[in-house]
Amino acid sequence: MSSSSAMASEAGPLSVAADPRQVASASGAEEGTRTVEVDSHTINFGPQHPAAHGVLRLILEMKGEVVERADPHIGLLHRGTEKLIEYKTYLQAMPYMDRLDYVSPMCMEHSYVLAVEKLLRIEDQIPERARVIRTMFAELTRILNHLLNVTTYALDCGAITPSLWGFEQREHLLEFYEAAGGSHYHVNYFRAGGVSRDIPKSLEDRIAGWCEQFPKFVDDLEGLLTENRIFKQRTVDIGVMSAEQAMEWGFSGPCLRASGVPWDLRKSQPYEIYADLDFEIPVGRHGDCYDRYLVRVQEMRQSLKLVQQCLARLKPGPVKIQDNKITPPKRGEMKRSMESLIHHFKLYTEGYHVPEGATYTVTEAPKGEFGVYLVADGTNRPYRCKIRAPGFAHLQAMEVLSKGHMLADAVAVIGSLDIVFGEIDR
Amino acid sequence: MADISQLAEAVAAAFPRDSVSVERGAEVVLRLRREALPDSMRLLRDDPRFAFEQCMDICGTDWPEKPERFEVIYNLLSLTLNQRLRVVVSTDAATPVPSVVEVWPTATWYEREAWDMYGIVFAGQTDLRRLLTDYGFEGHPLRKDFPLTGYVEVRYDEERKQVVYEPVKLTQDFRNFDFLSPWEGLTTLPGDEKVHLNRIEGPKPSQADEGVKP
Repeated sequence: MSSSSAMASEAGPLSVAADPRQVASASGAEEGTRTVEVDSHTINFGPQHPAAHGVLRLILEMKGEVVERADPHIGLLHRGTEKLIEYKTYLQAMPYMDRLDYVSPMCMEHSYVLAVEKLLRIEDQIPERARVIRTMFAELTRILNHLLNVTTYALDCGAITPSLWGFEQREHLLEFYEAAGGSHYHVNYFRAGGVSRDIPKSLEDRIAGWCEQFPKFVDDLEGLLTENRIFKQRTVDIGVMSAEQAMEWGFSGPCLRASGVPWDLRKSQPYEIYADLDFEIPVGRHGDCYDRYLVRVQEMRQSLKLVQQCLARLKPGPVKIQDNKITPPKRGEMKRSMESLIHHFKLYTEGYHVPEGATYTVTEAPKGEFGVYLVADGTNRPYRCKIRAPGFAHLQAMEVLSKGHMLADAVAVIGSLDIVFGEIDR
Repeated sequence: MADISQLAEAVAAAFPRDSVSVERGAEVVLRLRREALPDSMRLLRDDPRFAFEQCMDICGTDWPEKPERFEVIYNLLSLTLNQRLRVVVSTDAATPVPSVVEVWPTATWYEREAWDMYGIVFAGQTDLRRLLTDYGFEGHPLRKDFPLTGYVEVRYDEERKQVVYEPVKLTQDFRNFDFLSPWEGLTTLPGDEKVHLNRIEGPKPSQADEGVKP
């Protein structure tokens, strides 16, 4: 990383060089000590940088190796999702949700699906099995997300092994995704009214088997990192966020809990079957990068408990509501019943009409509060679908978090915030 | 989640009663005048009855047929009282909305996004740069009169060795399907609104009956 003039001039108004004499006097030019002139310069971090976790362009104004100002430039992955959704039916808009936070696809679907169900006023009619499946996959998704974050975070801090181990576990989870929805990442599995299809019979046993071995893996992972001297040197007391700061900067999820606020939407504003499940909320104390790591690791353990409880609750039954105006009829029925055929045709061309209204529906996604503000105008397409991504608020606080830290610490801060640009840029 | 009616009562006590509504019995909505926004927001954050410490989301919506076409929606969250409130103000393309960045610093990016997407101006916001669109982008893409395909597209020009902007050229235009059924039939099905519209414009059934009787 250099302070080449090309980069400085590109950054425009930020590249105000500080007076070197001032800096020199500030560093204490006592007698007998050597005076080093430290120049202020601007560097361009990203958009192509492995530690930027995607396409983050971070303009860093440095004083020596200390970050003075950090100005994230986002939008390099902007695909106009919200605009596109306005031109699609409610059903066609589903796959866009997977592509938001592509590390935890099903949790993105979850908020949208709950929002549509609320507007359709069918939220009380969802079959029990569908609720359990959705909760179970939301929790598997949380593990999926935290595995990626924790291990790549370790990678940012110089540890390679966790990511090698973690990705093996992720592969198992992605196979569960594939068994349920037919695809590794962009599953498009949840539906307003349930899930698209039932999970295969063998999947319950496979997930149960996986649950058996996972605690061992988390122990091993913690063995590598939690008391690791280098890892702690890189993360403890770096990027500290007090509870008050975290609240005013709109933090949510693990980042808020790491600052000592015991706030979890699954507990405080329960949706699906979370009210009936037994789990705890890990809370940090210092609000630094290390606590954010610890919270995520503990959340994986809690999520595992939740998955096991969901498995125990899985009873045979329907996985979507019976209203064929909203969910498609069975394939077999379509071959015999004219009405089913019409329903199928109408559903996949025109889609269902959603009564007028607006809702702001939130779920506790792995990264924090993932909200969908959905406005329906009575037609078959959303009038407005605003997506509230947790990472958006977290990244905004980048300047507060990294100010006064070293350049290498900025990398640790980005990693600990769990940034994914799919959801931030939308 | 705290009791919705309790929050609605408290909000109605502090603000004009007709500005408060409860949507679908689950979400409290407060409509404010633009000028009242900063003071109201400060009250909503600091008053122990509300204690909305967090502003989770700010977004715009576009209603071109309304006299003031834009709405700005603030979704507030109180951690201590476990309640949510939606605050709505309306504006048009020229009139600025007071910024709430003094109340919640997180508002900056959300207001930048609303400016970028809708062209809503926020007074008192010092950093109103574009956020999500490209450097040098023109227009406000989430407005309803902005075409889905946009106006320009980019490609890499091999000769000039750079990325160039060109007007959008599509082999097929975006197809906007009319899903409203033109056929008479079972008028209770969704999608038969066209039939209903014709019915409303045509003679009322009761009048038609009277016409037949004599």
